[in-house]
Amino acid sequence: MGMTITEKILAQAAGKDSVAPGDNIWVEANVLMSHDVCGPGTIGVFKREFGENAKVWDKEGIVLIPDHYIFTADEKCHRNVDVLRQFVKEQDLPYFYDPANETYSGVCHVTLPEKGHTRPGEILFGTDSHTCTHGALGMFATGIGNTDAGFVMGTGKLLIKVPQSIKFVIDGELDANVTAKDIILRIIGDIGVDGATYCAMEFAGSTIEELSIEERMTICNMAIEAGGKNGIIAPDNKTIEFVKSKTDKEFKCYESDEDANYSSVYHYNAEDLKPVVAMPYSPDKKGNVADLLDYKLDRSYIGSCTGGKIEDFAMAAKVLYKKSVKIDTYIIPATVEVEAALKELKYEGISYMDIFESAGCIIKPPSCAACLGGPVDTHGRCNGSEVCISTTNRNFPGRMGSKESKTILASPLTAAASALTGFITDAKL
Amino acid sequence: MSNTIKGKVFITGDNIDTDQIIPAQYLNLVPTISEEYEKLGSYALCGLPDEYETRYVDEGKMKTEYPIIIGGTNFGCGSSREHAPISLGAAGCKAVIANSFARIFFRNCIATGEVYPVEVNDSLNQMVKTGDEVEIDLDNKTIKLANCDKIINLNDLGAVQEVIEAGGIFEYARKSGMI
Ligand code: SF4
Repeated sequence: MGMTITEKILAQAAGKDSVAPGDNIWVEANVLMSHDVCGPGTIGVFKREFGENAKVWDKEGIVLIPDHYIFTADEKCHRNVDVLRQFVKEQDLPYFYDPANETYSGVCHVTLPEKGHTRPGEILFGTDSHTCTHGALGMFATGIGNTDAGFVMGTGKLLIKVPQSIKFVIDGELDANVTAKDIILRIIGDIGVDGATYCAMEFAGSTIEELSIEERMTICNMAIEAGGKNGIIAPDNKTIEFVKSKTDKEFKCYESDEDANYSSVYHYNAEDLKPVVAMPYSPDKKGNVADLLDYKLDRSYIGSCTGGKIEDFAMAAKVLYKKSVKIDTYIIPATVEVEAALKELKYEGISYMDIFESAGCIIKPPSCAACLGGPVDTHGRCNGSEVCISTTNRNFPGRMGSKESKTILASPLTAAASALTGFITDAKL
Repeated sequence: MSNTIKGKVFITGDNIDTDQIIPAQYLNLVPTISEEYEKLGSYALCGLPDEYETRYVDEGKMKTEYPIIIGGTNFGCGSSREHAPISLGAAGCKAVIANSFARIFFRNCIATGEVYPVEVNDSLNQMVKTGDEVEIDLDNKTIKLANCDKIINLNDLGAVQEVIEAGGIFEYARKSGMI
């Protein structure tokens, strides 16, 4: 019996020739990522269990990226970033992206690939559920809690159960107004928020092959919204070229065998996919944009690890070019690199940033910002009963702030087109 | 030591996500600092919508009256924040009974040893109401409901049972000679 890409990566990391779904195995991690929300607790567990003077298992293996609560007056949030600073100093860690100096980057999941920490064939554990994003580059990447992360920090190992794989094959050419976000919202809508619990979600087919690296990241980012343990896409030349442009480190590419075993296989024709949204309060509450055109909105939000990358803003810029928004519209680039690109890249001779400014958008510096609510002074946080259309990934009650607010998940095209009207709107490209 | 968990239950629905268990604005609290651990407990389940008439932890209190939470499917979906099982544990929750759990939450329950995740097939959240008493017998893997003779069987937790019995991932690794 052949193996899936997920099984192959896990087998190699466990030093085994083969593994099967359900096996409990100890794997060696390549990278452990943490941020300001879970980093201090992880360090706390690490010190409690291994001792005050313990050293991390591999300095090069640890990446710390404060990104969640970095623009707030809340003292505890500042204290938490200080805990990371202190630890970095103490352990002499090379990869720390400190918001207070020139290493400042922004959202962890967009930073990791930009800085060459996302590499095919490797194992990444992150104290963040959207760590599944990095499977887009053919690695095994999954979210863990502080206790497991403290364990990895000290040992470089973790006990995990090999997940069953589910395959999603998407073939054909997407319409101009249909994006990766529409694909994943459709899939989650079809299988439900627990449709892939503890499974690897593998994405393949000609449509996926045509997608850019960033669009593939958008798909894998939301695997967790269907309960997936990881999302994964086999690396191809695009992946290899991208990773080589970011790092000199060697890496290995795996792909699923022809006779690999899947618990189910879903097929989609790209031509049948339409712009969709997820209505409050669940990522699987799928609605067709075309059926919701009179739904009134108060805010549009374009940002986060799901929808705050360069191409997400390229889509928004195309829609907002020479137009004005009708509702509060937030533009929050995921990282400093994305922000710089928005100033440089142009649509019809005008930089994306200038397009957003003249459209009347509110532009804020890179961070997770209101994607997960956060302290009350967080940029873009919904503090009242706002109805917000957003390129983020979750719309649970209170996700973007107050319990009275509502979040509608959408693609950057739909979020931008809706900003122009104040109603759910199809970008009709 | 008797291996039972007994007490009043708090009933929730399907898909209780980690933002409802502990809203993101409280994630500035660090669970390994003891006052902040206690504080996390006072906010446990405060993100539930207003339709829930009973609060899990009363306003101004640090602990709950309900050591057992009963949910439906996909309990604990959403983020990897360990603050979620920790806030429940800090509030005095001993066990969560659900038809299914989201995997990171389940894993975090086990790794931390904060709350016992119990899986059942029966829709217990339809059979009892908030405030009723139930008793979970971990040795015999059954649940007894007050005012009802029906015995509910717990689903087998599989290999992970060993980690729970050891008291979490660190103890398990020590026992098996990993660290
Ligand atoms: S942008 Fe949102 S989903 Fe992404 S890491 Fe930050 S808080 Fe999480």
